[in-house]
Amino acid sequence: MSQDRLIEIETGILAKNDLYAQANRARLAERSILAVNLVSSPGSGKTTLLCKTIEALGGQPLGVIEGDQQTQNDADRIRATGARAVQVNTGKGCHLDGHMVGHAMDHLDLAPGSLLFIENVGNLVCPAAFDLGEDGKVAILSVTEGEDKPLKYPDMFTAARLAILNKIDLAPHCDVDLDLYEANLRRVNPGIEILRLSARTGEGMADWIDWLRAQLADKSAPEAAE
Amino acid sequence: MHEMSLCEGIRRVIEDQARKHNVARIRRVRVEIGRFAGVETGALHFAFDVVMRGSVAEGAELVTLELPGRAMCYDCMKEVEIMDRLDPCPTCGGGKLMPQGGDEMRIKDLEVA
Ligand SMILES: Nc1nc2c(ncn2[C@@H]2O[C@H](COP(=O)(O)OP(=O)(O)OP(=O)(O)O)[C@@H](O)[C@H]2O)c(=O)[nH]1
Ligand SMILES: [Mg+2]
Ligand SMILES: [Zn+2]
Repeated sequence: MSQDRLIEIETGILAKNDLYAQANRARLAERSILAVNLVSSPGSGKTTLLCKTIEALGGQPLGVIEGDQQTQNDADRIRATGARAVQVNTGKGCHLDGHMVGHAMDHLDLAPGSLLFIENVGNLVCPAAFDLGEDGKVAILSVTEGEDKPLKYPDMFTAARLAILNKIDLAPHCDVDLDLYEANLRRVNPGIEILRLSARTGEGMADWIDWLRAQLADKSAPEAAE
Repeated sequence: MHEMSLCEGIRRVIEDQARKHNVARIRRVRVEIGRFAGVETGALHFAFDVVMRGSVAEGAELVTLELPGRAMCYDCMKEVEIMDRLDPCPTCGGGKLMPQGGDEMRIKDLEVA
């Protein structure tokens, strides 16, 4: 029996997740694979955007990890484009974690220089806290959700590098103020990049594809170029 | 919302530590939670009691210590302490604040029974 009455720990509650995330990050770096974690509330258009993105990227090697509590629907939609996809069902879980993503990466076995899209469980709260080893989070916000969402759920938008305002084709039909969306995003994350887009009409898609290609180029650039 | 999985994380750490230090019973667990960690302490206490059942920390007291929220003001370029995520900069009144901490979720220590 230890004599100590107090055991000092000082470790993060999510330390285990962080270890899995670090291992994922190292594997991705080794193969210069760019991993993008798409986060949003349910139905903002993540899968639709991914299908259009895969088409637009042409021959770019890529894979998709789909996270949902239930169903294979989203992985099936991705596979219909010809791309490889692994569905992860989290059951009661409200987010993907580093461990699940590591397993899914084993199944995808992506070639060097690939792009890995991770579509997180539709949820504006929990996925913000779980590092998956990704290069960056991209938050999708559709214009019908309300301009105040960044203020109500700041953590997700603070954690994101880029925000995509999706479904702008609907803007003329609803009373939405796109500038107010942007102002509220910058209020919770002054450094965030913002793109306005419609996955339906393709408006804004070119900027998103450019953004992805620039990130890919950075990732595969030799260390010396830093 | 994920207080349950946080408590599962706490349980794993406690069980590892209990094995390492060869202790059979934990009486008190102290955790440090940042103001911006998005953790609801009421829900955390509730989940803690449920998740610790059958472990060395069953029935243990959970103590949450709050850590301040810090942010970088993009207007005056100072690091400031704020109480609420959407508070203006206490120094210059600016509204462009980038959190620099306050999202901590740490287990500080365990008290052995
Ligand atoms: N008008 C319009 N509808 C869109 C757009 N993007 C997606 N949608 C529609 O929004 C609905 C939800 O799209 P999904 O792609 O399934 O959304 P998701 O974010 O993947 O949903 P979950 O994975 O269930 O969280 C579908 O009916 C899409 O057709 C868009 O740019 N404009
Ligand atoms: Mg989807
Ligand atoms: Zn200031």
